[in-house]
Amino acid sequence: MDYPGLIKLLAPECLVVLTALAVLFADLKFWRGLPSAQRLGRGAALATVGLLAAALFIGLGEKSADLLVGTLVLTRVSQFLKLVLLLLTLGTVWLCSDTDFTEHIGEFLALLLLAATGMMLLISTENLLMIFVSLELVSLSLYVITAFNKRSPRSAEAALKYFLFGGMAAGFMLFGFSLLYGLSGSIHLPDIALALRTKGSDPLAMAAVVMVLAGFGFKIAAVPFHFWAPDTYEGAPAPAAAFIASGSKVASFFVLVTLLQAGMPGAAGSGAWKAFVPGWMPIVAILATASMVFGNLAALAQSSLRRLLACSAIAHAGYALLAVMAEPADAKPALLYYVVTYALTLVGMFGLVSVVEGGDGADSISQLAGLSQRSPLLAVCLSVFGLSLAGVPPLAGFFGKFYVFVAVAKSGPTLSSFWLVLVAITMSCVSLYYYLQVLKQAWVAVPVVESAPTRAGGPLVWVVSLLAFAVVLLGCVPELLLRFLR
Amino acid sequence: MFAWTIYLSFAGAAGMFLLPRESLRGPRVLALTAALAGLLAAVGGALQHTAGGGVVTVSKHAWIPTLGADYFLAADGISLTLVLLTGLVATAGVLFSWNIELRPREFFAFYLALIGGVYGVFLSFDLLLLLVFYEIAIVPKYFLIAIWGSTNREYAAMKLALYSFVGSALVIAGLVAAYVVSGAETFNLLELAKFAYPREFQLWAFPLVFVGFGILAGLWPFHSWAPTGHVAAPTGASMLLAGVVMKLGAYGCLRVAMTLFPEGLAAWRDVIGILAVIGIVYGALVALVQRDFKFVVGFSSVSHMGFVLLGLATVTTLGLSGAVLQMFSHGILAGLLFGVVGRMIYDREHTRDLEQLESRHLSRMLPFAAVTFVLAGLASMGLPGFSGFVAELYVLIGAWQTFPKLAVIAGAGIVIGVAYTLRAIQKGFFSGNELPSPARLPAEHGESAISLPEKLGAGLLLACTIGVGLYPRVLLDWIVPSFNSPLFDGLRKGAGL
Repeated sequence: MDYPGLIKLLAPECLVVLTALAVLFADLKFWRGLPSAQRLGRGAALATVGLLAAALFIGLGEKSADLLVGTLVLTRVSQFLKLVLLLLTLGTVWLCSDTDFTEHIGEFLALLLLAATGMMLLISTENLLMIFVSLELVSLSLYVITAFNKRSPRSAEAALKYFLFGGMAAGFMLFGFSLLYGLSGSIHLPDIALALRTKGSDPLAMAAVVMVLAGFGFKIAAVPFHFWAPDTYEGAPAPAAAFIASGSKVASFFVLVTLLQAGMPGAAGSGAWKAFVPGWMPIVAILATASMVFGNLAALAQSSLRRLLACSAIAHAGYALLAVMAEPADAKPALLYYVVTYALTLVGMFGLVSVVEGGDGADSISQLAGLSQRSPLLAVCLSVFGLSLAGVPPLAGFFGKFYVFVAVAKSGPTLSSFWLVLVAITMSCVSLYYYLQVLKQAWVAVPVVESAPTRAGGPLVWVVSLLAFAVVLLGCVPELLLRFLR
Repeated sequence: MFAWTIYLSFAGAAGMFLLPRESLRGPRVLALTAALAGLLAAVGGALQHTAGGGVVTVSKHAWIPTLGADYFLAADGISLTLVLLTGLVATAGVLFSWNIELRPREFFAFYLALIGGVYGVFLSFDLLLLLVFYEIAIVPKYFLIAIWGSTNREYAAMKLALYSFVGSALVIAGLVAAYVVSGAETFNLLELAKFAYPREFQLWAFPLVFVGFGILAGLWPFHSWAPTGHVAAPTGASMLLAGVVMKLGAYGCLRVAMTLFPEGLAAWRDVIGILAVIGIVYGALVALVQRDFKFVVGFSSVSHMGFVLLGLATVTTLGLSGAVLQMFSHGILAGLLFGVVGRMIYDREHTRDLEQLESRHLSRMLPFAAVTFVLAGLASMGLPGFSGFVAELYVLIGAWQTFPKLAVIAGAGIVIGVAYTLRAIQKGFFSGNELPSPARLPAEHGESAISLPEKLGAGLLLACTIGVGLYPRVLLDWIVPSFNSPLFDGLRKGAGL
């Protein structure tokens, strides 16, 4: 056992954990007496230093490794994805800098960083047990930060719902994992893949597939495991919701596609039109279709911006699930481009939400009225995010969808999966309607009462504008991101 | 040279946000500069364009190697004609929007972004790039109508945006399928046009893409966004919508659907021909009974675009050239008609109701508007000496060769066109028995006299329609040889061009 080598490979994760502890300690010991804005500012600055150091270690460190039979697997893609996760964490940390939902600043930042650590570990393993343990680290941290706004009963409700559903989903997933272990005698994905090659259509394997997909369906908010999403998005503090919608999604989708494509290719089956073959493909196809249809239709009826984002998150989980069904060569780049750009967009969106809703926590879409007059910059950012979610070029959301469509259409015999593309395209037409409703408020509507000029601190505006710029840039030149994902 | 049309427009749009918020003059001047510069770039590019019928590459760079998409701008005679049209209408549109006082920065930013997208579509020979520009043009239309529009604006804007988006969704579906089936890992139109798609595939892919683009071209029965959208839009935007945005659809039908899927076209051409003729007659009949002046022009657009689609369905060099010429001609004339109705009349009289206008003696109050409208009306009726005549003649001769019966019905459509135009001219300008009250004589009508920008814009467009009408070869020498290029080999083989 080569401990120094292990430490070296895990240095970024260790650094993030140390940063979490340092923020916690410094906040308790030195910053207690300061006003909360200053505490937040200092905490965020310290966290930034730690995150940047971790990013530096990733940049300089090993790009690929496989330790302890798949317990720690580093690849170029997973290392890059860790950088993305660090970036998303950084964005989320600075989103906090403008809010005042809690007195317990050190704890909040520390939990955020611990969740980030969990995500980083989650994407660097091919071991079922490690997957489960890291997933729990992520989930438990996220449950707690969801409940962090103690003044708001909705925050507590959101956390309880999230926790109950999450606990149930974790149970399902663990049961599925145990079945996989029972079938193959291993918790190492390549070994499971070998064992499943001959037992692909075994009923027990199917049961395992269903259980595992139920567990991940919860994490990514796919129908019918989506019930927690609207309430959680609505009740959680904005930075917590942003992190649930971004980082957690990216990591979960990465693990899901690894698990299915690397761990169970033998149980794939087929989702081709009128030619379903049992396996995870048809289940994913059904989950994806249901999510796209339900998410988009439900979003039409929302008047709260956060609930609208939750419904659109369900729909986007559906689009992203399509990519899971693509050929292995396309699946990861298409899926990761999609979820990474989606995550950037959502962090920006929640930044805007926290600007708009101000102190009273109301987030009706009509509060955006006249934003273009109050703050043209934020209105432009809102349009970039909204149109990117709707899939309008030249924004990242368009290319993400397009690539996913191409990847799915290419898989299997000629155009056998094309029906999924048709469903997705139809539903994205529906989605334009509700995103335009949001933009209409910002650009067309006149505020009913003369609203105060939009209150927005410096860092928040910076984060939001940079994210909007990234969404435009990655949409115009997708290769900037794609080259790291292949 | 051509590529600058795109960059200048987008640069102008971005530049608006550097101007002070309250400035009225700044945005106008910047918009006019950008539009004029775009027009000059278009003219310059057209003058450089010497190659007989070939496709001349403007700019080509690898863009998304993962999918094999290139940043590939090129031009042939067809795209060149439409780029010129865009430059002309854009410039005139800015001149006709000179009186915008509500949030002028944003108005012209959306306006120029729309223009940039339109230029991009006409110059893209990479299908993914074309799609990107095509959709870039959708969103500004929504805001232009929803913020600065009139009658029923929010409804009309949303309807237009959704129709356009549904259209482009059909196109995306068709493109993804075409990309996958060809297996060539490229979106280059010149490459894909060489690929012979299986016939069964073409049979369903062609209508998908053709209708997808056709929605924007006012293809009956998917035209209903057009009149409501045109009517609700502010003048500059109506001019762009009818003048160039509808051409995007027709251009896409020709450039993408027909070029890629010639056998599909051969199978569906009768249906398209029939729909086009229904559009011609239906649009004209509906225009005949409108009370709202703008609706008359709006439905006349549907009718005139029917000629474009009919020309496309003929698949003869004459008919296709006529269709392209008709795109140019209708673009100029629709711009002019909407300019007169929306800016010269509505902004002064605050009504577009023909019954009310009847008593206002507009031929005396606004003689310039009356003269312009009469000239434009004559042109759009298809009188010799104007561009509309040549274009519709070409289309009808082409149609006569392919579908004689439809050609006769389309000819009847022209007659109805004469009727509704004359009715509009008579009711709008030359009715009313008693003389105008002295208080409303032109002399005391000083502040609402037709302004210089309006005169310049109208003069520019009138000069074009008369110029092309008197000497159509100025455009036909570019358009007709384009159909000999290898790009249309498939169309020759598969649909007997």
